[in-house]
Amino acid sequence: MAEVLLEIEDLTKRFGGVVAADGISLALPAGELHAIIGPNGAGKSTLIGQLTGEVVPDSGRIRFGGQEITSVPVYRRSQLGLARSFQVTTLFPDFTALDNVALSVQAHSGHSFRFWRKARREAQLREPAQIALARVGLAERAASLVADLGHGERRQLEIAMALAGGPRMLLLDEPMAGMGPEESARLVELLRALKGAITVLLIEHDIDAVFALADRISVLVYGRIIATGDPTTIRSDPAVREAYLGEGAADG
Amino acid sequence: MTVASKPPVKPGWSFGVITPRVGLNIAVVATLAAVPAYAALTGNTFALTLFTRVVILAIAALSLNLIMGFGGMVSFGHAAYLGIGGYAVGILAKEGIGSGFVQWPVAIGAAALYALVVGALSLRTRGVYFIMITLAFAQMIYYVAIGLDRYGGDDGLTIYHRSQFDGLIDLSNRTAFYYLCFGLLLVGIYLVWRIVNSRFGMVIQGARSNERRMRAIGFPTFRYRLVCFVIAGAMCGLAGALLANHTDFISPAMMHWTRSGDLIVMVVLGGMQAMFGPLIGALTFLILEEGLSRLTEYSNLILGPLLLVVAISIRGGIDGLITGRRGG
Amino acid sequence: MLYFFEQFLNGIQLGMLLFLLAAGLTLIFGIMDLVNLAHGSLYMLGAYFAATFAEWTDSLLLGAMLALAATAVTAMALEVIAVRRLYGRSHLDHVLGTFGLLLFFNELVRLIWGPAGMTLSLPPEMLNAVEVLPGLFYPLYRLVIIGVTLGVAVLLYLLVMRTRLGMLIRAGASNREMVGALGVNIKLLYTMVFGLGAALAGFAGLMQAPILTVQIGMGENILIAAFVVVTIGGIGSIRGAFVAALLVGLADTVGRTFAPDLLHTFLSESASSSLGRALSSMMIYLVMAIVLIARPEGLFPAAGK
Repeated sequence: MAEVLLEIEDLTKRFGGVVAADGISLALPAGELHAIIGPNGAGKSTLIGQLTGEVVPDSGRIRFGGQEITSVPVYRRSQLGLARSFQVTTLFPDFTALDNVALSVQAHSGHSFRFWRKARREAQLREPAQIALARVGLAERAASLVADLGHGERRQLEIAMALAGGPRMLLLDEPMAGMGPEESARLVELLRALKGAITVLLIEHDIDAVFALADRISVLVYGRIIATGDPTTIRSDPAVREAYLGEGAADG
Repeated sequence: MTVASKPPVKPGWSFGVITPRVGLNIAVVATLAAVPAYAALTGNTFALTLFTRVVILAIAALSLNLIMGFGGMVSFGHAAYLGIGGYAVGILAKEGIGSGFVQWPVAIGAAALYALVVGALSLRTRGVYFIMITLAFAQMIYYVAIGLDRYGGDDGLTIYHRSQFDGLIDLSNRTAFYYLCFGLLLVGIYLVWRIVNSRFGMVIQGARSNERRMRAIGFPTFRYRLVCFVIAGAMCGLAGALLANHTDFISPAMMHWTRSGDLIVMVVLGGMQAMFGPLIGALTFLILEEGLSRLTEYSNLILGPLLLVVAISIRGGIDGLITGRRGG
Repeated sequence: MLYFFEQFLNGIQLGMLLFLLAAGLTLIFGIMDLVNLAHGSLYMLGAYFAATFAEWTDSLLLGAMLALAATAVTAMALEVIAVRRLYGRSHLDHVLGTFGLLLFFNELVRLIWGPAGMTLSLPPEMLNAVEVLPGLFYPLYRLVIIGVTLGVAVLLYLLVMRTRLGMLIRAGASNREMVGALGVNIKLLYTMVFGLGAALAGFAGLMQAPILTVQIGMGENILIAAFVVVTIGGIGSIRGAFVAALLVGLADTVGRTFAPDLLHTFLSESASSSLGRALSSMMIYLVMAIVLIARPEGLFPAAGK
């Protein structure tokens, strides 16, 4: 049994009267691809926020690689190997795709108090960036400005940025949102290739992708995980069907 | 000297590598280099005085462009560092320490120190709060200067001997002083160019562009921005030392908030994120100011609305006009 | 003790003037997201108009009312012609553009009224001292300022809380786009808000004219203090502006008066005098720094946005 990489213990968060996270507990073994599904407003963004450090939990603990990170700042978690992609594309619009990813590489290559050498000429930064772009299928678009990229391409760039730092774990926040069928298929292949090597926590609405990829699935409703298990178990769980899949949902 | 690796903009005309923007830069540098010769030939010493001021304020504007244009930190208190640098020179001169080798490092160091304090407290804030708090810190130092009775208070203090650099250069020689300032400006532009394109510069530009993303990918942005702020403050402190020498006079007016406003105007006019932008902006602004004051006693009746028009219409400053790139 | 109370009243009076300016600024800031460096120019115009009209009509009251109207009209014309083109742009563009307006107005005033400044005299009864507390005499006019501005504050509160315009203002402060989507004539709303802010500023200008100053550039110093008030109070909050204005007014006045004495207890005469003066000028900025460190969004940040 692989050791547990991410351990979430009783995470709770309230916003005024709304309970966005209600005692969430989860343990992810290394190499697992774990999907979180649930209706809108279930608290998925709050969960991601607490995992990345942008949202401070009211109570509960988070352990990553055995280390407690509950109050560790955002940038430090990334340095520890916990990378995320954003649901709403948030990139550096004035830079090229390659520049964007190279920044991600740079963040993980020591400090940046280097004032002289031209960063854009550093092979140490450019090469890993090029590789990350190729992995998501954006190799030919390396020199394009973000502003010139299509929506689907920007989603791919989001993933590349998260990958570029060589993380131990990926937090993917609805990566397929707005992607066409071809791009989604490509992303599914990419994630399948990553399985085992990188731990992935995938938040997604695309049920087909989720059932195709996930080792385990958790269902989040009103801030609580109502079920966790492998895809077959989840698919046949009546509570889950009622709460989320409902009638007429796509059969994975 | 483009900064971001954008695909080259196609201007209306160009001669090989000489795009309109490069052409303008060369023209400006060449003109400035020729000023002392022109002044000597025509006996027009005023031109030399004016352009010395242009060059010195260009250095100040250059330092502001580093944090504002590239870093996105709109400081409305940048004139404070001019004042600190100038007062360092003035105060030391009055206390009998006339050596430039002591005065100028103190000027730079004091400005850097104040920038460290201001930055540490202000950089936690964003947007308009940052603008206001930097303004407040500049006002503080302004009032401190007014309270310094021993050094002239509100009336200011005359400097009788310029900074001594025995054996190296005589600053009271206007031509030599001009070329020193001009040289420092060119060195400054080169340094800023290197900084902006280095790893450090990438972090600064990224933080301007999307700070949330920068933290998400693992950069502790605060410390980098603080260092950038301090570098800019130090550079402006040097400009202050030069200014004090140029005018042989220091006064709190050097750091009045309208001076900070002037600096912002210069940076915006010249084009933020353009290396020679601050120089072009300083040149344009000061010549405009000078020209208008000769035209009419009420020059701000024209200058004021002109600034408004620039704010409303022109994106990217003068640099944007030339390259056709409208990305402010 | 009595001296302290007199300074306390001075602080309240200054605070009320600051409130008038800050309320306008925070409204314009909160609703149109506009950083307006020319707000102090409207304050200046209010004073100049009042001095001029009072002279023409030989009546202070009439002069004041005309001045108020003139300031509001000038401001609204300015908004329609120029200011509205700044909406939606970066704060830097605002700073640049309104800085230009500030320079313009200073020069315009110098052209029309000359560089010397003006005076506005009060009827002698106004300068009489009223016995506020046993043994403490305070000028009647200063009490009038406090009273009248408190009245304006109440009116403003009623306007914002009880009228339809006020409702639109509150809605606009927390969600600009929504108000537009509701079909309200946004352009007209903005013009009126700008006019209201200008009227408040002009009113402050004309109220202080008899006892403080009517001169070029008078707007700058108090403008910075007003921005400090807005920052401390929270952008978009009139209640915040009120509280912060009193805080700043008191800090400035009391600080100015007592800082030298306080320092004198452990410093020499001359040192405490210069340092005291420097420190007291910095007082309001120190207050702002402390507040921002504890509450980066100000004391009463407008919810939503």
